[in-house]
Amino acid sequence: MTDPQRRQYYRSLFKENVRNRLVKDRIMHCVIFATVIIAIIPLGSILLEVIRNGIAAISIEFLTEIPGAVGSGEGGIGPAIQGTFIVVGMASMMGVPIGVLSGIFLAEFGDNTLARMVRFFNDVFMEFPSIVIGIFSFLIIVLVLGHFSLWAGAFALALIMFPIVTRTTEESLKMVPYTYREAGVALGLKRWVITTRIVISAAKSGMITGILLAVSRISGETAPLLFTILGSSQFFGGFDVPMDALPLRIWTMSLLPYEGAQLHGWGAALVLIFIIMCINLAVRYVVLGDNSKFGAGGRIVFLRALGRR
Amino acid sequence: MAAPDVKRAPISDRLFKMGSMLAGVFVLVMIVLMVFQLATESWPIWEEDGLGFITKTDWNAVPDRESYGALPYIFGTLVTAGLAMAIGVPISIGIAMFLSDANPRISAPLGFVVELLAAVPSVIYGLWGLFIFRGFFRDNFEIPIYKTLGDHVWFLDARPFGLDILTASIILAIMIIPTVSAVSREIMKAVPQQQKEAAYMLGATKWEMFKLAVFPYSKTGLIGASILGLGRAVGETMAVTMLIGNAVGQRAIVDTLFDPGQSIASILANEFAEATPGSLQVPALIGLALILLGLAMAINIVAHVLVTRMLKVKEGAINN
Repeated sequence: MTDPQRRQYYRSLFKENVRNRLVKDRIMHCVIFATVIIAIIPLGSILLEVIRNGIAAISIEFLTEIPGAVGSGEGGIGPAIQGTFIVVGMASMMGVPIGVLSGIFLAEFGDNTLARMVRFFNDVFMEFPSIVIGIFSFLIIVLVLGHFSLWAGAFALALIMFPIVTRTTEESLKMVPYTYREAGVALGLKRWVITTRIVISAAKSGMITGILLAVSRISGETAPLLFTILGSSQFFGGFDVPMDALPLRIWTMSLLPYEGAQLHGWGAALVLIFIIMCINLAVRYVVLGDNSKFGAGGRIVFLRALGRR
Repeated sequence: MAAPDVKRAPISDRLFKMGSMLAGVFVLVMIVLMVFQLATESWPIWEEDGLGFITKTDWNAVPDRESYGALPYIFGTLVTAGLAMAIGVPISIGIAMFLSDANPRISAPLGFVVELLAAVPSVIYGLWGLFIFRGFFRDNFEIPIYKTLGDHVWFLDARPFGLDILTASIILAIMIIPTVSAVSREIMKAVPQQQKEAAYMLGATKWEMFKLAVFPYSKTGLIGASILGLGRAVGETMAVTMLIGNAVGQRAIVDTLFDPGQSIASILANEFAEATPGSLQVPALIGLALILLGLAMAINIVAHVLVTRMLKVKEGAINN
C-alpha cells in the first residue's frame, strides 16, 4: 500500500498532466480557428472590394460600348465581354468533344497500359502552367499563320479545358453501375449504343458538371491569351484578327496609371466574377452538392478542376 | 472484358473504340509536341550558351551585346513558391482540420465558400493585390518590420516599396489555400472512423486524436496536396507578374525579402510579346518556358503519385 502522502503526490501529477493536455488542446483549438479566420479575411476582402469598386463602373454604356480614349474612363468593355464569350465558346467546341471521347476511352476501354499512361499524363497536363500553353499556341498557330487570331486563343484554352473534361467524364462514367452495361449487352445492343444511350444518359449530370467547371476555369484564364488573341478595342471582326477578353482587359487596365482605367479594371473584374460565380453556383446545384456519390478520388478530380492555375 | 467474347466486334464498335482511343492519345501527342516545339524554338540559346544558360545571371537585350541567363528567374520562382508554401500550407492544413471535424452545419457552407474562392481568376487576385493589399501590407507590416528588424536581420534590410518578393509570395499563398485545403480535407476524411474512435477511447483530446490517428495515416496525402499547391505556385503567372516588381538580370537575385524580383512566369508575361523577332531574346524566353515546364511537370508527377497512393484510388476502367 502506498502511503497517503505518496498517493496525494501521484494524484497531483495526474491532475497536472490532464490540465496540461487540456490547455494544449485549447491552444490548438484557437490556432486552428485562427487559421480559418486568417484565410477568410483576404478571401472575403477580394470579393467585397471587387463588388464595391466594380459596382461604381457598371452602367449600360459600360457593358455595351467600345473603350474610350486611354485613361479617360469613358466607353466600356463591350468587346471584352463579347470576346470572352466567343473565345470560350470556340474553345469548348474544340475541347469538349475531345475531352468527352477521351473520357469514354479511359472509363470504358481503360484497362491497359496505354490508358494508364493517358490517365497519368492527363493529370499532369491538367497542371501545366497556362503561360507555357499560351507560348505553345503562339508557336504553332500565330507563327504559322503570321498573325494573332481568335483561333490561337481558342486553341490554347481548349488545351487547358480538355484534360479537365476528360477526367471528370471518366469519373462520372465510372459511377454508372456495371450492371447497366450488362443489361445493354443482354439486349443485344452494340457497345457504342450502350455507351452513348445508356451509360452517358445515366452519367449526364456529372459530365455536365465537369464541362461547366472547365468553362468557368478557362473564362478566367489570362496568361494563355496574352500572346494569342492579344487584345483589341474593337468588336468582333472575324476569326483571324486580334480580339479582346475580360481577363485581358483587367490586366491591361491595371497597368495604366489613370483613375478611369482602374475603374474599368474593377468593373471588368466584377463582370468576370459574376459570370464565373453563376457557372459555379449552377454546378453546385447540378451535382457537386451531392458529392457523396463520388469516391474520394473522384471528388479530388472535381476539386482540382475547380481551381484556377 | 465487358462484352461477351465474340470473335469480331461489329465495325461500328471498332470505329467507336478507335475514335475514343485517338482522342485519348491526343494528350500524349500534345505533350510530346509541346516539349519538341519548345526545345527546337529555344535551340539557338542552348547552342549559344549550352547549360551555361541556366547558370548565367545577366539579361541584356541590346543588339550585339545580347546575353541571357536563366538563374535569377529560376531563383525567383523557387523562392516565391517556397515562401508561399511555408505560409499557405500550415494555414490550409488548419482549415482542413477544422472542416473535416467541425459540425457539418458550419463546415458545409465554409467549405463551399473556400471552394468557390478557388474559382476566382488569378488576374483578379492580382488586381486586388496591386490596388488594395499592396498599400495596406506595406504600411502596416513591411515598414514597421523594416524599421524594427531591418538593421539586425540581413534578409529584411531594404526599404520596402510594396512590389517585392514577400508581397508576391503572400498573394501566392492566398491563392493556393483554397485548393490545398480542399484536397487536404478530402484526404483527412479518408481516415477510417475507427482509428479516430480508438484514439478517443484512449482518452485523447481532439488535438491528440489528430496527432495519433489522423496525421500518421494521412501524412503522404497531405504532403502530396502541399506539393500540388507548390506546382500551382510555380506556374502562377498574372498575380505574380503584377506584384513581384519585375527586376531583371543580376538584380533579380534578391538579397532581402523587400527587393523586387522576377519569376520565370512573370518574365514571360512581361517580355515575350515585346521581344524582337529574330533576336536571341525569343529563344531565351522559350528556353525559360521549357525550364518552367520541366519544373512544373516534375513537381506534379511527385504530387500525383503521393495523392493517389494515399487515397488508394482504384485506377483502371469500370470493369476491373
